[in-house]
Amino acid sequence: MPRFFTALFALAALALAVLAAPARAAPKDTLVIGITQFPSTFHPNIDAMLAKTYVLAMTRRPFTVYDANWRLVCMLCVQLPSIENGLAEPEKTPDGKQGVAVTYTIRADAFWGDGVPVGTKDVIFTWKVGRHPKSGVGNMELYRRIYKIDAADAKTFTLHFDKLTFDFADISGFELIPAHLDEVNFADPVAYKNRTAFDTDTTNEGLYFGPYLIAKVETGSHVILERNPRWWGKKPYFRRIVVRMIGNTAALEANLLSGAIDMIAGELGLTIDQALAFERRHAARFRFVYKPGLIYEHIDLNLDNPILKDKRVRRALIYAIDREVISRQLFAGRQPVAHSGVSPLDWVYSEDVPRYAHDEKAAAGLLAEAGWTVMRGGVRHNKKGQRLTLEIMTTAGNRTRELVEQVLQSQWKRLGIDVRIRNEPARVFFGRTVTERKFSAMAMYAWISAPENVPRTTLHSAHVPHEGNNFAGQNYTGFKNAEMDELIDRIEVELNRGERAKLWRRLQQIYAEELPVIPLFFRAEPYVLPKWLNGIEPTGHQFPSTLWVENWRVE
Amino acid sequence: MTGFLFQRLIQSAVVLAVMSFVIYWLMGLMPGDPIDLMISADPKITSEDAARLRALYGLDKPITERYLNWLGAAVGGDFGFSRLYAKPVPEALLPALANTVRLLGITLCLSLLIGLPAGMAAAIRPYSKTDYTINLLAFAGISLPAFWLALLLIIVFSVFLGVLPAGGVAALGGDGFWDQAKYLVLPVANLTIASVGGHTRYMRAAMIEALRQDYIRTARAKGAGPARVVLGHALRNALIPVVTIVSLDFGFLFSGALITETVFAYPGMGKLIFDAIMGNDYNLALVALLFVTLLILIGNLLADLAYAWLDPRISYR
Repeated sequence: MPRFFTALFALAALALAVLAAPARAAPKDTLVIGITQFPSTFHPNIDAMLAKTYVLAMTRRPFTVYDANWRLVCMLCVQLPSIENGLAEPEKTPDGKQGVAVTYTIRADAFWGDGVPVGTKDVIFTWKVGRHPKSGVGNMELYRRIYKIDAADAKTFTLHFDKLTFDFADISGFELIPAHLDEVNFADPVAYKNRTAFDTDTTNEGLYFGPYLIAKVETGSHVILERNPRWWGKKPYFRRIVVRMIGNTAALEANLLSGAIDMIAGELGLTIDQALAFERRHAARFRFVYKPGLIYEHIDLNLDNPILKDKRVRRALIYAIDREVISRQLFAGRQPVAHSGVSPLDWVYSEDVPRYAHDEKAAAGLLAEAGWTVMRGGVRHNKKGQRLTLEIMTTAGNRTRELVEQVLQSQWKRLGIDVRIRNEPARVFFGRTVTERKFSAMAMYAWISAPENVPRTTLHSAHVPHEGNNFAGQNYTGFKNAEMDELIDRIEVELNRGERAKLWRRLQQIYAEELPVIPLFFRAEPYVLPKWLNGIEPTGHQFPSTLWVENWRVE
Repeated sequence: MTGFLFQRLIQSAVVLAVMSFVIYWLMGLMPGDPIDLMISADPKITSEDAARLRALYGLDKPITERYLNWLGAAVGGDFGFSRLYAKPVPEALLPALANTVRLLGITLCLSLLIGLPAGMAAAIRPYSKTDYTINLLAFAGISLPAFWLALLLIIVFSVFLGVLPAGGVAALGGDGFWDQAKYLVLPVANLTIASVGGHTRYMRAAMIEALRQDYIRTARAKGAGPARVVLGHALRNALIPVVTIVSLDFGFLFSGALITETVFAYPGMGKLIFDAIMGNDYNLALVALLFVTLLILIGNLLADLAYAWLDPRISYR
């Protein structure tokens, strides 16, 4: 029998030797990017998914986009419309409302990958699909607001919006669909979402007009992109880019170390604590870039909770915690402390808002003022004998949040606030607990927004979810403030930038004074890059760095 | 035998019908739906849009009505559309199934090829050095967490030695046999190490039991050599409990190995089913789970038939 094992071992060793050709370093004309998610669809308007946005950003370009400096710029259009340059004209809608007509011209050198010019036909077709209730398009708001399109010629068109809002020029969500390929699939609008060429013929070059074309899709594994010979802009450095999906972050790190992937995308890769730990071990081999942005980690306070109804308790809660220390100790200072829902990188951010530095004395004073004076067994009680007990919830399994939660719990404990942790899987937490306001006191999670994003759905009183409105809306705290409602309504239609800045300032003040939410941090996206790769410019907002992939270079 | 087969087929059809409803119903009980997932990725989706999308995907209907609609279409051969992969369900399922069969088929063969002889070797001389060594290795294999072992294999063979790829199904642009085989080495090794211990232990126990039987003593008394005793008399009887285990493995063969597939970025059935459930892809999850159920039923049926072949005293009426 030992002979049998020896033979078996020898056979295995032989097989390994035959199979295992030495892993070669990826040639420099190919870049392999590791991400943790695979796109469920490649249709730009159906379903919203970061993995899809990340990949498609290399193959297509939106009309307008916020650049790395958070300025709205044209990508597919020639000139950004404004009232001053005459490309935007306020007008009355057919039903007498204040609307606006906005004119865009598509770049003359923009061609679909099969050589067909990108034109107004595509604009009109996209609009038809986008506003059809059965086409499967998720966010129809932009298409619904456009009530008419006039095509001046093959490249110039005017959109007529039914409302004049400050962001009229931003049509980044207007994702073009090639009429010459997909119109036939739209003959039956209900079946369109299952028949679109983006999913039935994903590698058709006529679907893309960016610096790269999708050459191969291995579902659940990887997407291969190759240079688009008809791309109008700077020639991308890499002949081929492979986006490889590795769902497990430990495996993602191992793949990076083995050279199977060249970089880990910040948008969809490691969490901050994983990246920091990885950096400690491999700082010499890779370049680490941390970009704080618009992902706003916070704690929603349920304002229906009798204890949290009292603003003094809410203030005491925020005074009691030391967010600076948490940021320093857990995130090496890479995640800046948030003072409101507006990112400091956003031009509407105001410095002039109440800030809550760690102040245990102030917290104790506020709690005493609110009647929580009797300390028994290390926990505050009021005169009626009620304990100051609150529950905090977050997504179970999210290590970073669980860590923060534990630190916060210990900091609150020092003030006699008994906080109990009850976490739930993300599905349950977001599927019911938060959306139906079933959290009793505190819910910790993050909001993803956009530059100058008006917080209508999260702060307007008309958006408090309840059974009567079938839990519509995202004002999960139940915050109701007449001035806030008015500010939100006014900001949306205020065209003067200076005036709008004042309204934003007041909005942030109310937010900080009323504290429906405890702001925590702006999450940083960690990019793990090879030292030879340059030109990647993380944006920190919803537009991924791959929108500027043609600037990526080996140096 | 024909009557038995017919009876088992009827039973299987009933089990499948019941399971289809139970799976659909259980998935319906899970909080949230695909539209909630869409909203979490795009907070700008309005409540009107959410209601429209729910109506479009039929999610506003009661679960029983949705199930009956699905069942009606499935009977006609339409298994629905996978929301997660934007493809008809069979198109989403088959590549993952092929990957899994390749991965787990090789694993099962290797595990049996190593485990059964090892179990026999241990059983022939119980409590000898060979037995202890085999047991030690078997327990080590069983005890090693698959996740940890997978990472260890990647670190040793991909990171330090650089001789094998860390994950995926094939080299970029490499669709040849050797390209794909190279990518199978580590996941197959991981799964084989985890499963071979079990097969070894089952075989050892069954063989020890068989070797204690009177007919073995008789065979030895009649002058049969050790090889003939083991291979000609004991093995066939010892295989009966092993067949039960292998028949269960047959079902697992198609249900995938979630942890290994995740760590090695191998798009197989385990990952597909997990993603379908987490992504609220009812059609895909349902069909995938039903398919696995069907194969487990087939595996059990084959095991029953194998019992009769291995032991002529067993007969089915």
